[in-house]
Amino acid sequence: MLGILSSGVSSFALAQAAPAPSPEGIVVYNAQHESLTRAWSDAFTKETGIKVTLRKGSDTELGNQIVQEGAASPADVFITENSPAMVLVDNAGLFAPLSPATLDLVPDALRPANGKWLGVAARSTVFAYDKTKLSEDKLPKSIMDLASPAWKDRWAASPSGADFQAIVGAMLVLKGEAETATWLKAMKAGSKPYRGNSVAMKAVNTGEVEGAVIYHYYFFGDQAKTAENSGNVALHYFRQQDPGAFVSVSGAGVLASSKHKPEAEAFVKWVAGKGGQDILRTGDSFEYAVAKGAESNPKLVPLAQLDAPKVEPSKLDSKAVTELMTKAGLL
Amino acid sequence: MSTVFQPAVSTSLRRHPALRPLHGRLHEVVTAAAALVALFCLAPLAFLIAITIQTGADTVVALVFRARVGELLLNTLLLELSVVPAAVALGILLAWLTERTTIPGARAWSWLAVAPLAVPAFVQGYAWASFAPHLHGLPGATLISVLAYTPFIYLPVIAQLRRLDPALEEIATSLGRSPRQVFTQVVLPQLHLPVSGGALLIGLHLLAEYGLFAMIRFDTFATAIIDQFQSSYNGPAANMLAGVLVLCCLGLLVLDRAFRGRERQARVGSGAPRAATRLKTGRIWTVPCLGLLLTYALLSLGVPSLTLGRWLVLGGVEAWRISDLAAAFGTTVFYAAAGAALTSAAAIPIAWLCVRRPGLWQRRLEACHVYVGSLPGIVVALALVTITVRVALPLYQSWFMLLVAYALIFLPRALIGLRGSLAQVPVELEWAASALGRPPLLAVLQVTLRLAAPGLAAAMALVGLGITTELTATLLLSPNGTRTLATEFWSLTGEIDYVAATPYAVLMIILSIPMAVMLHRQSRKANGL
Repeated sequence: MLGILSSGVSSFALAQAAPAPSPEGIVVYNAQHESLTRAWSDAFTKETGIKVTLRKGSDTELGNQIVQEGAASPADVFITENSPAMVLVDNAGLFAPLSPATLDLVPDALRPANGKWLGVAARSTVFAYDKTKLSEDKLPKSIMDLASPAWKDRWAASPSGADFQAIVGAMLVLKGEAETATWLKAMKAGSKPYRGNSVAMKAVNTGEVEGAVIYHYYFFGDQAKTAENSGNVALHYFRQQDPGAFVSVSGAGVLASSKHKPEAEAFVKWVAGKGGQDILRTGDSFEYAVAKGAESNPKLVPLAQLDAPKVEPSKLDSKAVTELMTKAGLL
Repeated sequence: MSTVFQPAVSTSLRRHPALRPLHGRLHEVVTAAAALVALFCLAPLAFLIAITIQTGADTVVALVFRARVGELLLNTLLLELSVVPAAVALGILLAWLTERTTIPGARAWSWLAVAPLAVPAFVQGYAWASFAPHLHGLPGATLISVLAYTPFIYLPVIAQLRRLDPALEEIATSLGRSPRQVFTQVVLPQLHLPVSGGALLIGLHLLAEYGLFAMIRFDTFATAIIDQFQSSYNGPAANMLAGVLVLCCLGLLVLDRAFRGRERQARVGSGAPRAATRLKTGRIWTVPCLGLLLTYALLSLGVPSLTLGRWLVLGGVEAWRISDLAAAFGTTVFYAAAGAALTSAAAIPIAWLCVRRPGLWQRRLEACHVYVGSLPGIVVALALVTITVRVALPLYQSWFMLLVAYALIFLPRALIGLRGSLAQVPVELEWAASALGRPPLLAVLQVTLRLAAPGLAAAMALVGLGITTELTATLLLSPNGTRTLATEFWSLTGEIDYVAATPYAVLMIILSIPMAVMLHRQSRKANGL
């Protein structure tokens, strides 16, 4: 009896975990790095037989595209690098609720209270600096210090990217509008804009600037390859719950308009589960694993030691950030 | 100048009463076709205007009249002013050296002068960014743009130089003009049609190009528009910037009109076509002339070869993920071929009108066709996304819509190529075919288009080159799961995975070579037909 029951339960659980694959599979609007999402989707397809088609774009671009498409969206799943684009789609009411079993894979802090999406990976803000020019005592104590005249023309960032805009979103939550606007104005006058974190890091490496506000994994990725874009670079973690210690959460969610919800949810669950998190630990993405009990790549400073500020992901307001940055002349 | 090309026969034919009504109707049919294409072209503009109206005057003023827009306007203008004259001068000089002097290896140099066409602009930018990381801003943007875009002047100019009647130059020489005076007073005036076409193309490119300037850290309207779209997608700010860009483009068109002139380009009667005499460079001039050609080749081809070569060696065989590369290559070939065919077909009616029926309406229609070329692909793509999502959902993210976007974006390329070759087909042949009983439309198809076929092929090659490297519209409009060489290259360079990105760049170049070869051969045909 028990045996039958347990086998019944387990087969039910299996059905939950792996719905019968439909021939068309699922469409994932992917704003994460393509190599990471491809590693996820290839392994997922191998395991479940569910075909995954990826569409490429940046966070805000794809988030807005989903909003534009509305109920007609071909997307089944949306995956981002940062939370603001998830918030954008969530605010438009376009995500389907995820099952408790899926949500339970990650800690509460890494998903919104409404259970419409969850964090699947994370990246830490860092100050990548030129170790041939700067010693640790000369580094800024807070990201806010970069607005001071002492740092004028010495640092870089990638203001046009969703990555940096997520950091500004955290600053807005932590420091308020007036202080953020002032900081952005100082940034316009006193920093060098690059397109892309990797390009900003290269600029530090070649000595064009002394430091850059980027995310941590670009450095580790390059170190693992040839290190030729980061040979002179070291990372400074702001810690002390500074806005510059912000940890940005990459999100995944299932679209309410999806015609393949069970398969879509199975994919999200897989990414947040052991399979997806293991790829973060062993692959060459160097992003943090976030699921309960998941280990990140041993080369990284553990997430728990970063002393990141507590920012509710759903409070990150990409629209307000864009407006402030446009006003400051950065966009 | 114009008197040379005015044969008496055309005027008597033009007055022939039997021909006029026929041609009148033909003109109506072609105008209707051109108007239909223009209607499609106006979609992005209608979209911009609709957004502007929705935004409201106060916000529009706040978004347009701000310091950042001033910055971008200044950057864009400075770029146009530094690149266009430099590319024109360099293009004419290179053309004259390879076509009209006894410089050693002229043929090989001619190939080298066209070769940069096969290097996509953003690959050129990526190569220079790796080669000289400190190069950025206006000087960097100017240098790389001149290197990448000079062939747009060089090609039509060599074509024209080969068509010129050497008798004119000989007469001028016999009247005691020095070689320099012959060049400035006889040759140069006859080059203004190809030069104005090439200059317009370069001008449009500078307005719309994203990848190159993003790589070299120079902000133009196009890069700022894409930044805005990536931050707020359909925000009013991006659309207002695009609106300013349309105005810049109208400025270019006015300049083009002023510069183009209105002489007849076709001649009736074969004359005695023969090659012009080449000027002896002599011992003193040979070395600096060779130096110039060599410098251009080294900067435009050497730097990309060096960067790509280095990564190829570093990546070795593992970097060639054959199945991914083959898929992206196949997709790119399909879009380039189909898109080139559609775009060139769409450009025929307006090109014919430009040559046969110039006038106020034709100019307005032509402006509709050309302004789209100044918009970054993303603006065009976004208009099409919005329209298809709302009114033609089955077409959304279909390959057909992507082809339509390509057709809109690259119409100017096709039009400028076609305009030049149609201008050389004497209208009298069309009339004669009509007089011999062919319906006018058939006469155009069988006579004019057949004679202009090489020009049509060249137009297709130019469009194909553009599609091979198009990025922003492709990302937005392509069917799910589509990967082209350009999109893959872009995403891999973003991850600093240069080893994996390089094969995509190499394949883009390999795919571009046959098109560049075709353009070159077409330009070197002595009579242009």
